[in-house]
Amino acid sequence: MTTTSVRRGRGVSSWAVLASLVLLAVVMLLPLAVVVFNAFKTPAEYSANGPLALPQGLNLDGITEFWERVDFGQKLWNSVLISGSVAVLAVVVSVLNAYALGIGRIRGRLWVLVLFLVANTLPQEALVYPIYYLWKQLGLYDTRFGVIVVFTIIQAAFGTYLLSSVFSTFPRELLDAARIDGASKWQVLVRVVVPISAPTLAVLVVFFFIWTWNEFFLPLVLLISNDTQTVPVALGVLQGQRLMDATTTSASALLGIVPAVAFFLIFQRTLTRGITAGAVK
Amino acid sequence: MTTTSAGPAPTIASPAPPRRRRSGGGAPYLVFLVPGALLLLVVILLPLVMNVGISFTTWTGVGTPEWTGFDNYERLFSDGAFWASFRHNVGLIVAMAILPTLAGLVVAAALFDVVGTRFGPRAAAVLRACVYLPQIVPVAVAGIIWSWMLAPRDGALNRLLEATGLASLAQDWLGDPDLALYSVMGVLVWFQLGYPVVIFVAGLQRVDPALYEAAELDGASWWRRFWHITVPQIRPEIFVVVLTCTIAALKVFGPIYVLTRGGPGGATSVPSYLSYQSFFEKTQVGYGAAIATVLTVLILLLTAGFLRLQNRAEGGERS
Repeated sequence: MTTTSVRRGRGVSSWAVLASLVLLAVVMLLPLAVVVFNAFKTPAEYSANGPLALPQGLNLDGITEFWERVDFGQKLWNSVLISGSVAVLAVVVSVLNAYALGIGRIRGRLWVLVLFLVANTLPQEALVYPIYYLWKQLGLYDTRFGVIVVFTIIQAAFGTYLLSSVFSTFPRELLDAARIDGASKWQVLVRVVVPISAPTLAVLVVFFFIWTWNEFFLPLVLLISNDTQTVPVALGVLQGQRLMDATTTSASALLGIVPAVAFFLIFQRTLTRGITAGAVK
Repeated sequence: MTTTSAGPAPTIASPAPPRRRRSGGGAPYLVFLVPGALLLLVVILLPLVMNVGISFTTWTGVGTPEWTGFDNYERLFSDGAFWASFRHNVGLIVAMAILPTLAGLVVAAALFDVVGTRFGPRAAAVLRACVYLPQIVPVAVAGIIWSWMLAPRDGALNRLLEATGLASLAQDWLGDPDLALYSVMGVLVWFQLGYPVVIFVAGLQRVDPALYEAAELDGASWWRRFWHITVPQIRPEIFVVVLTCTIAALKVFGPIYVLTRGGPGGATSVPSYLSYQSFFEKTQVGYGAAIATVLTVLILLLTAGFLRLQNRAEGGERS
């Protein structure tokens, strides 16, 4: 899908544009590159050559030391468990909501939608203390389940809003045909609506996973023990204590970036496929 | 739930408005809304109402809250730290909404219009991914990276300045009260830019290439085409980006927590951080709730205003 049928020439100006965009890309990547360099240095090497020199070898001490110090494997598992559960549950809740709102067109659906939209735009500061208080009473404080419940509805609020508009343009003939064949509403949902909108749902799963993975504020408040904290919370708390030297800091940042970049690469295909699928709707 | 009738199910409620004639009645579908509605009630609506309630009390978080009416709000409006935190928020809106939108437009247009057509879509995709990468780094991690990059003594930025003979420009980027907010703003531009770029590039796919060809044949310069074709065509995307980025800027917490903790001396404090401090450090829960309530009202008003503006703009185009 190139813009023009005629391939235009590459004049001086277009090379200049390319050069400035490459420069921009370098600036954007530089901080990440510096982190990678320094994560593999020994503290002695760092203090001798400074942060900008290339590492002389692959020193894994900083990374292993940090990994053991914060029990990073546990943090990683907490993050995967929380983000994965939220991604799946939030999509299920979004689909159910959107089925009632977009296809069922229940009375007052506009107001219900507004309510979900408000839930999505609210600052978490306005919810944090009551949730903190209630979760303590209910025994959900400092549990991964408690955080999963919170983010399931926060993400589903966005999913409901998006899917309702997608479902409202769902081909009516398909729904009517299924009903004439005697399918119940539940069967129509599971056998017709979900399979046909699968690409959009896949994109939502990915978004919810990454968004939940990157959440900081509510997990910071709700998860205080080593056994429940997520990767960003553990890193943020440690950073706040300012106890780490430069190479350990880099190692910790690298360990925080790697999973995010990995998801990005794994999911990139789903995302591009999903975005085009969404555009056709 | 068990209705299998092919025709419209009989509606028990008032006669169906004509719009719903093909929808088979609404009531049976209500069942599907139950899990979502329950969660919404327990996790969002109840805490929201409680928070507003708490904002009218004095409470340390233990014992019984004491009703004090509008005391917290009166204190709020005469609290210099609160107003300062909102001024800082304006800076963050510049850094997270205005600058990234403007730069994002230019970058997206250049990627789409110049790189995509003359150097191939693959080159454009790689550059776009590079610009987008900071967006997928967890905010807390981005904060860690930058607080170390900007560290006064052995931070990478100061070392870079020394290495290039600009040692006189080296600063205590996050520790100098006059500079800290600008440093935070710079970090947030870096963090945010990828989002508008990706959205705008996606929006540009919709634009009819014939428009560009016609404009080019008429001898319109790149800037003219940018202002008269690109920008108007992706106006819906611009609206969405400005709205979501502005809201995100008002809610900023993670970068402040990790980069500066609101310091030095409150120079980078924002309302969300102020309310966090009141809740969990100063145990002035009522005051924290009042800050959070004001922030909520502001964000909801802003959202409503933007949506009206957007509706009007779209309506104007159609008529």
